[in-house]
Amino acid sequence: MSAVTKPFPEARASTYDVEAIRAEFPILSRSVHGKPLVYLDNANTTQKPRAVIDAIRRYYEEENANIHRGTHWLSEKATEAYEGGREKVARFLGAASPKEIVFTRGTTEAINLVAAGFARDLLHAGDEVLITGLEHHSNIVPWQLACEKTGARLVVVPITDDGEVPADEFESRLTPRTKLAAVSHVSNALGTVNPVKTFVALAHARGVPVLVDGAQAAPHIPLDVVELGCDFYAISGHKMYGPTGIGALYGTREWLEKLPPYQGGGDMISSVTFEKTTYNALPWKFEAGTANISGGIGLGVAADWLSGVGLTAVAEHEHDLLVYGTKLLSAISGLTIVGRAKEKAALISFTLENVHPHDIGTILDREGIAIRTGHHCAQPVMDRFGLPATARASFGLYNTRAEVDALAAAIGKVREVFG
Amino acid sequence: MTDLRDLYQEVILDHNKSPHNFREMPDATRLALGNNPLCGDKLKLYVRIEGDRIADVAFQGSGCAISKASASLMTDAIKGKSLAEAETLYGKFHELLTGPPDVKADGAGLGKLAVFSGVREFPVRVKCATLAWHTLESALKNSHDVAKTE
Repeated sequence: MSAVTKPFPEARASTYDVEAIRAEFPILSRSVHGKPLVYLDNANTTQKPRAVIDAIRRYYEEENANIHRGTHWLSEKATEAYEGGREKVARFLGAASPKEIVFTRGTTEAINLVAAGFARDLLHAGDEVLITGLEHHSNIVPWQLACEKTGARLVVVPITDDGEVPADEFESRLTPRTKLAAVSHVSNALGTVNPVKTFVALAHARGVPVLVDGAQAAPHIPLDVVELGCDFYAISGHKMYGPTGIGALYGTREWLEKLPPYQGGGDMISSVTFEKTTYNALPWKFEAGTANISGGIGLGVAADWLSGVGLTAVAEHEHDLLVYGTKLLSAISGLTIVGRAKEKAALISFTLENVHPHDIGTILDREGIAIRTGHHCAQPVMDRFGLPATARASFGLYNTRAEVDALAAAIGKVREVFG
Repeated sequence: MTDLRDLYQEVILDHNKSPHNFREMPDATRLALGNNPLCGDKLKLYVRIEGDRIADVAFQGSGCAISKASASLMTDAIKGKSLAEAETLYGKFHELLTGPPDVKADGAGLGKLAVFSGVREFPVRVKCATLAWHTLESALKNSHDVAKTE
């Protein structure tokens, strides 16, 4: 495999043409309950562009075979396509080599892979794992399991009323016992963008490695893991316009070599006898069993597609929606926006006085508007704000100001029903 | 808006705003917690049983309009009823919620609980309407488990 070369593929246009982008997503032309679909649940999962759908279909129609083990032509083609996907993901993340990209089922499995490795070999009683109060359950529970197994302690950096994690609070909880810090890049519940580069610098100054949960950042922010300096970075395909059931763990070569294998089985070995097994080279050491081949291909295509649109332009477009939406929603009486971080991704978590988020969700759905309601798999965040749940509108690169208008109008309907 | 009005009938909105029997009950003989983790609904149900009758029943907690109104109307409906009568009522209520959406629910024998007939058109909301009843079931079994609808 060749080293990854920068820069990203050329961005397609200097001006952002949202209608042209929408036209690439077949699902966006459908209607729901007789209304045009307004899809504002992108932090949950994103829709898929034609390029990704076509790549997966083409693989099954033209290249399907098992990878890494066939001598036949199709197997070679499938291997090329799958490993090509890995190279695209490496380029997308700014990794130094595709060998540092492990395909997983998603961010959750990527974090579990690291947590299980730490629990097996690197964590001991009295050690500490540092997380923040903003984390998704997938960046809490794997560490709790690891702590339970080893007697290590989970330490949590508190969040402010605006939903931010202050760097000094983070720093003050780094101790000689801290063995790893695991932080989200972007909060799925509140949209807060954490200063991960600062966190990494502070942690590294004390010799503490950092895992970044990038599930929510990958579709919104231009990424460069080398520049961030993190030791691990986890992403999910389905949150960045790729398929479900596939994601990736970036790990520095040093760390991936240090970590023990995650699962045992085929493909992750170099040789097996009943006495001893030697493991495969990176990254395959962590990929037991037949892989999600079409997923790897689809994720690679999604990464290239997203880079083609240009994440700087995406971030600008989404920021406009955030500013516009925040202004519009703030003007609705009884509506409170939860999470007011200065650095924020295009996501608005809110509550409406005397109306439960679940009821908001049902009424919006009848208007064709998809949002998420509930605790967003971040119950500690909800507890921090004393809320059982919020309603959350999360924007993607294909959303428009007109859709934000539709959201505001539909919240007006909620008021009509509930008085 | 018609189907929304089927779901959010006036009686439901009224009970959501001013739920009946929404209080603590220091002399309860049974207590159960209900939890719908998906929506964040939490419910504490108090029951006082005398002989085989539900002498008093009350609840506290937070939840969506459907779950709150359902708890409120349930407490009205079962107060003074025998345990067997309450169970029969639950059976009928469950049928009302889960019947085919294209068939008009008759709501016979359900009294005010028939206002939940619109829920069957919103399958994801069935668990909201049944949370209080699941919690009642667990209270009557005197189990200390948290009742869950997911």
